Amino acid sequence: MTFSYFPGCTLKTKGKELDRCGRESAAALGFELQELAQWQCCGAVYPMARDEIATRLSSVRALAAARDEGRELVTLCSACHHVIKRVNGDMKKDPEIRDKVNRYLQLEKPYAGETNVLHYLEVLRDRVGFGEVAKKVTHPLTGRKIGAYYGCLLLRPSKELGFDDPENPRILEDFIRAIGAEPVVYGMRNECCGGYTTIENKDYAKKNVAKIMANAKACGAEALITACPLCMYNLKENSEDGLPVYYFTELLAEALGLKEADA
Amino acid sequence: MQRIGVFVCWCGSNIAATVDVEKVSEVLGHEPGVVFSTNYQYMCSQTGQDMIQSAIRDYKLTGVVICSCSPRMHETTFRRACEKAGLNPYLVEIANIREQCSWIHKDKAVGTEKAIILGRAAIAKVQLNRPLTAGESPVTKRALVIGGGIAGIQTALDIADAGFPVDIVEKKPTIGGKMTQLDKTFPTLDCAACILTPKMVEAAQNENIHIYSYSEVEAVKGFVGNFRVTIRKKARYVKEDVCTGCGLCTEKCPQKKVPNEFNLGLDTRRAIYIPFAQAVPKVATIDADYCRMLKEGKCGVCSKVCTAGAIDYKQKDELIEEAYGAIVVATGYNPIKLDKFDEFAYSQSPDVVSSLEFERLMNAAGPTGGVLLRPSDHTHPKTLVFVQCVGSRCDSEEKGKPYCSKICCMYTAKHAMLCREKYPDTEVYVFYIDVRTPGKNFDEFYRRAVEEYGVHYIKGMVGKVVPENGKLKVQASDLLDNRQLHIDADMVVLAAAIEPDESARPLATMLTASMDTNNFFTEAHPKLRPVESPTAGIFLSGACQGPKDIPETVAQAGAAASKAIGLLCKDHLTCNPCVAEPDELMCNGCSSCEKVCPYGAITYADKEFRGPNRTTLIRRVAQVNPAVCQGCGACTVACPSGAMDLKGFSNKQIMAEVDAICR
Amino acid sequence: MSNSDLMETIGRISGVNPRKCMKCGKCSGACPAYDEMEFHPHQFVSMVESGRIDELMNSRGIYTCLSCFACVERCPRSVEPAKLIEAVRCACLRRQGMDHMKPEHIPAILDEDLPQQAVTSAFRKYRK
Repeated sequence: MTFSYFPGCTLKTKGKELDRCGRESAAALGFELQELAQWQCCGAVYPMARDEIATRLSSVRALAAARDEGRELVTLCSACHHVIKRVNGDMKKDPEIRDKVNRYLQLEKPYAGETNVLHYLEVLRDRVGFGEVAKKVTHPLTGRKIGAYYGCLLLRPSKELGFDDPENPRILEDFIRAIGAEPVVYGMRNECCGGYTTIENKDYAKKNVAKIMANAKACGAEALITACPLCMYNLKENSEDGLPVYYFTELLAEALGLKEADA
Repeated sequence: MQRIGVFVCWCGSNIAATVDVEKVSEVLGHEPGVVFSTNYQYMCSQTGQDMIQSAIRDYKLTGVVICSCSPRMHETTFRRACEKAGLNPYLVEIANIREQCSWIHKDKAVGTEKAIILGRAAIAKVQLNRPLTAGESPVTKRALVIGGGIAGIQTALDIADAGFPVDIVEKKPTIGGKMTQLDKTFPTLDCAACILTPKMVEAAQNENIHIYSYSEVEAVKGFVGNFRVTIRKKARYVKEDVCTGCGLCTEKCPQKKVPNEFNLGLDTRRAIYIPFAQAVPKVATIDADYCRMLKEGKCGVCSKVCTAGAIDYKQKDELIEEAYGAIVVATGYNPIKLDKFDEFAYSQSPDVVSSLEFERLMNAAGPTGGVLLRPSDHTHPKTLVFVQCVGSRCDSEEKGKPYCSKICCMYTAKHAMLCREKYPDTEVYVFYIDVRTPGKNFDEFYRRAVEEYGVHYIKGMVGKVVPENGKLKVQASDLLDNRQLHIDADMVVLAAAIEPDESARPLATMLTASMDTNNFFTEAHPKLRPVESPTAGIFLSGACQGPKDIPETVAQAGAAASKAIGLLCKDHLTCNPCVAEPDELMCNGCSSCEKVCPYGAITYADKEFRGPNRTTLIRRVAQVNPAVCQGCGACTVACPSGAMDLKGFSNKQIMAEVDAICR
Repeated sequence: MSNSDLMETIGRISGVNPRKCMKCGKCSGACPAYDEMEFHPHQFVSMVESGRIDELMNSRGIYTCLSCFACVERCPRSVEPAKLIEAVRCACLRRQGMDHMKPEHIPAILDEDLPQQAVTSAFRKYRK
């Protein structure tokens, strides 16, 4: 199984671990992530304004490139996934946006939402199967109580992302079980970490993260996993006395015997 | 030679203001076949009708055209008037020059011209009308009530009271429905069991009522006055006529871990069980999914301890066929599942409950003996938060229901009040969008909750519930004080939307009764015929037709009963003669008509026909049951050979109208 | 810009029909940034409908909204308040000299670990 892969700019720099562990684990699990030959930053936020075309273009270029390679497009970063999937939805459903974007891009073959966008976790769940993942685990994370942190962008709006139940998701908990650990469900797992407000309003971001951490701790979690570099930053930097946070691919790589366990 | 009479009505100024009625009657008087034409202010009045009757006699009319309001208003009136004067009532045509002409045009010249054209079309049609006679079909004087909740019980009692035998079919082991699970009822705060159980017993003891409990309707054939219903009596593995209801088996059964559906899974019961103490019939039932004897062939304790010898592990489902004249649907409602609303943490904490679960927790016969205790740790809750409209008024089909569930504002006020009365030290918050209290004494009831009992009603909505350290952290908006509230609650109660029982849709298909997109049975007319289904002989009682509380349910149950009684009183039913009629010589038995008939009026018969050279052919041809056919005409359109036609609205007649209009 | 022009602009940018709102307040109940805004999500919808766009454009809340979509997800009437807030913010930022964040601000807030997607997001939201 080969998928076209959109890493996103952060995964090439500050979020290298998320990317590296993701690729290595993919190889161990029998699928390949082939990075698109050319791609630009997706913009990090989805432009809700219906009349903005420029901010959608890089996503459409990536989608069209995947389409031309005849593959599905996989992303690892929650933010990239959110942007690209929603722009794809626009191209499918909104004739005005589709028309304007195609006129601007002047692609050889106009793009109309043909590409399927998948998150790495969906590949694990739907293409590989968590059962298969569990079979390939050589170093199960037995006894570790891990809380999944979904954040807001992976799940919402559920009508457009269709990733999992937005209020009672289970894909990360199933993943945690597959790698041999014990998932801890806590109510704040799908509440926003603060995102980009950490830039302007650090105090508020700290307040938010404190609530999330307190809840996770109170429910018995010993560590958190996430799929978004910005969530990772907020959960680490903006919390005092917080739990250790890992990228889910780091723990996946560990379970598959691909790296040394983190202290 | 046709002798047609034309009568143009002024309808006061409703028609006369935009149509020159004198001109219309004058012009139509010159149409071929017309021997008499007049106009009058109110054709439907006594004077107007006398005018028609005199004209029929004096001019020996063979057909009558009335240019007036819609036939929906007065077609029956005019048909009766003509019949009294000796003219077949189906030789009367109405040209609608009000709703379809004078009420929509402003220009008198345009309106008059159109009225003349409509009149011409009616004249052309009536010349091709044939006299029709309404047929008759017999009525089986027995009623079936599907559903044994308060709606079904009340309807059955009323029908039985009028002297007719009635059967109740209830799919649960006992009748009583949702009301058996309620603690107190608004607005009087009567104990639900106290007012319901006498009715349940009355139904059981009434000579005219027979209860099929733990049974379901399997198939329905036939038509109004003559339904043939197959009822499946599910096997309880207990002989109903032998079991005394002593309950010994339910105490000795070793299988103790069955989730108790009567208490909504909040506690457990045994594999052999009586749903609750006042069950009717008071007979044990074995749950085949959990009984060790039925699944593995081991145990048999109940059979050993039963002093009456009522246990029968070999019992099978029984199919019973019965004939009925009228069927009343009373299948009731259920609260929706809350798995799409986990922002309220319903799946994450046992202390987040639905309102019906809360009702069980408050009930003296419930899982906690009537003491309000948190399901998680059995401590007393000090702070309660009630959330209204969970899943109601929601425009997303996948998540919830678009309608208001009607009963939740009132039962939440009830819960809040009962809680404050029993436990004055508990703080109670109700988050609402609107408080809907339309019934008699309802608003006063809700005001008492606020003013006398100190329930905190807050206009706003809960956005998130997070279970933490044994508490439920509630985050909600307070729109009037313009702030976001953070409450540490001990329990959260969700007022879930209600939806029709899951048996409703398959039943609607069996009955060919119409249903809306929310699975509520549709009534024949939303204002004027609320308890009848458009399908003749089917009546609607209770929440299966729309969300409603107990006072309304009982009122509607009585109404449905009265309609059923009206039907059962008759010895014969008059059928509508404007029904489909197949030309057997042209019919090729292709079944296109049967597939589109919404009423199941078409069947097939193998008939003998003369063939060439003195041979006999047996061909399959369509047969229309004139008692069931409602004359919708769908079959006439579907028929590929044109063999199917509609009496009173034949293809020729319609074409004659079109020709007249296009002249 | 006249008020009716502004309302037309907001409607066009957002694609939202504020009349669908049934004034339940669930959006504000769900909003994690409630206390950082002086006009809250339910007020945004109500004020857009009654035409008080100017006040919204001068409010702090358009910059403290996290775009977390909790209001969009939980609204029972599919009103999408987040899109309205974004539309008001866009209407503001598209004017000359109204950028909320300038490139000069960035070096002060950078640290070793800050992922650039944070800066990119902030720029996309606070500048046009």
